Amino acid sequence: MTTTTNGFDRDLDSDGQDSTPASRLRPADAVRVGSVGLRTRPLRTMLTALGIAIGIAAMISVVGISASSRADLLSQIDSLGTGLLRVAPGQSVFGDDTTLPDTARRTAGRIGPVTEAAGLSYIQASVRRNAFIDSGITGGIAVAAVDTNVLEAVRATMAVGRFLDHASPDAPVVVLGADTAKRLGITSLVGRPRVWITDSDGAGQWFSVIGILEPSPLAPELDSAAMIGYGVAATLYDATTSPSVLFVRAAPAKIPAVRNVLARSVNPAEPNQIEISRPSDALEARAKTDAALRNLLLGLGAVALLVGGVGITNVMVISVLERRGEIGVRRALGAGRRHILIQFLAEAGLLSFLGGVVGCALGAGVTAAYAHAKGWVLDVPIGSLAAGAGIALGVGLLAGVSPAIRAARLDPAEAIRPT
Amino acid sequence: MSVVLELSDVVKEYPGSPPVRALAGVNLTVENGEYVVVVGPSGSGKSTLMNVVGALQRPTSGTVRIDGVATSSLRDGRLSAVRGRRIGFVFQQFHLIEGMTALENVSDGLLYSGVSRRQRMTRAEAALGLVGLADRMTHRPGALSGGERQRVAVARALIADPAIVLADEPTGNLDSANGASIMALLRDLNEAGRTIVLITHDRDIAAAAPRQVTMRDGLIVDDSMAVAA
Repeated sequence: MTTTTNGFDRDLDSDGQDSTPASRLRPADAVRVGSVGLRTRPLRTMLTALGIAIGIAAMISVVGISASSRADLLSQIDSLGTGLLRVAPGQSVFGDDTTLPDTARRTAGRIGPVTEAAGLSYIQASVRRNAFIDSGITGGIAVAAVDTNVLEAVRATMAVGRFLDHASPDAPVVVLGADTAKRLGITSLVGRPRVWITDSDGAGQWFSVIGILEPSPLAPELDSAAMIGYGVAATLYDATTSPSVLFVRAAPAKIPAVRNVLARSVNPAEPNQIEISRPSDALEARAKTDAALRNLLLGLGAVALLVGGVGITNVMVISVLERRGEIGVRRALGAGRRHILIQFLAEAGLLSFLGGVVGCALGAGVTAAYAHAKGWVLDVPIGSLAAGAGIALGVGLLAGVSPAIRAARLDPAEAIRPT
Repeated sequence: MSVVLELSDVVKEYPGSPPVRALAGVNLTVENGEYVVVVGPSGSGKSTLMNVVGALQRPTSGTVRIDGVATSSLRDGRLSAVRGRRIGFVFQQFHLIEGMTALENVSDGLLYSGVSRRQRMTRAEAALGLVGLADRMTHRPGALSGGERQRVAVARALIADPAIVLADEPTGNLDSANGASIMALLRDLNEAGRTIVLITHDRDIAAAAPRQVTMRDGLIVDDSMAVAA
């Protein structure tokens, strides 16, 4: 590359040797020249960039929404903690459902690091708004006796009212899970709502609703349960204190150790019949498993990008036809084929990049709105924004190749003459 | 005086059946500082002569030396460089680029020379001043009259300090007053030392020039300088 600054010395080569310094186009000038055509036709530029913007916006919002959803799950996991184990009886060798020994909560509680051990026992009973509803219609609601410390164990919180306490173990009061309350149509304690609970023989009893739970992600069985005290359960329904499910909480770091000894201490006779799970694992798994839908939506975004790219090619072809004169003049001013090629590639790339940047902003906006509506933490990965703009640039350059080659191949003498 | 343009036995044929022989063996020498008008009816080959002299096309046979550089064997990139550095073009249709100011249009005359933007702008200002448009720098072509547009084009042709200014019917799209002022501008430039080759079909314009070259059927049929000599 020649570095002479004036380069226009008039030394004549008598032998006809070409001493002309080569034409060149500085990168910054290439970008500037590429932007002239876009600035001259703003409406066309906007409409063409729109296709790319929609494609990129779709991709960014898909990535952003799924990232935000994951961030929300993870923050949920953080607040709920990973220190919960769920202990359930397995099936016996005969395939029957069993319950845990009624000593389970005591023996589990004796394991050093365990801070809470709370049981839940399902009862042969059904709950309805009143006695006139057929007993077969349970609404999928299970009646369960629960220990008073189950809330602490699973870190569930009250939406309204209070939980069962030691003050009234025998009183006919009930706490509803989040789904249960919705299904029964009870959203507040205004008017002192009651529910009708009947045992398997059909004998019924009114229970006062004293509280409603928030959704409980770590113990979803609470969501669809109507919870009563063990005392009243024993009196009215002959329920035992053997838990159907036992929730055990310990410091997260100690969980593996607790897990190792839990089965043996809960059921020393048949430890292999005990099923132990860690509910937070399921949440973590969910955070990883929305990939299929995300890929589908990303694919749709890619299709939009492809269409946008074809649009750019179209518009560039038209632009090249319209600007034959400009191409001819630039060739006369010293532009080689290469420089014309670069100019139109730069124009296509800029056009698409512009669409990409708008698309990134749009996608981030959609994500923010969606996350806000869902009450999620907003998480738009910076990497995805950079990738979005980069992909747009790439699509534009690719879309510009064929029109740019056409432009570069124009014969300068023909391009300059009006046809 | 040194020779800036030398054509010997230049033949240019365009493919076809039968092939069109637009230049049928042209010999022409232009010295530094000359003002030459090439005149001829349409179809006489003067446009082709302009393409060959302007390094827009290579001759089919014969030699063309522009500012000492033989163009016959140059590839596209080198030929483009010759155009950019050694020839300044003025066209009938002005060929200014819409969307850019007069100053930017003129500075584009140096766009492919590797000169920095700041220097291009400084030189463009000077060139616009030279053609009397110092007060029109930020106007876009659409806001300029035809005569002003052609002046911008002349400034753009001058900015790279070319060996030859090649003007193709520069007054063809102008009214007579504007046309006369452009002709006067070209004459002033010539008096300041510029070599100017002007191509036209207009006999009146040709009559006013110091040297007239008349073309017909791809040949030079009359050269006033040659007659004088």
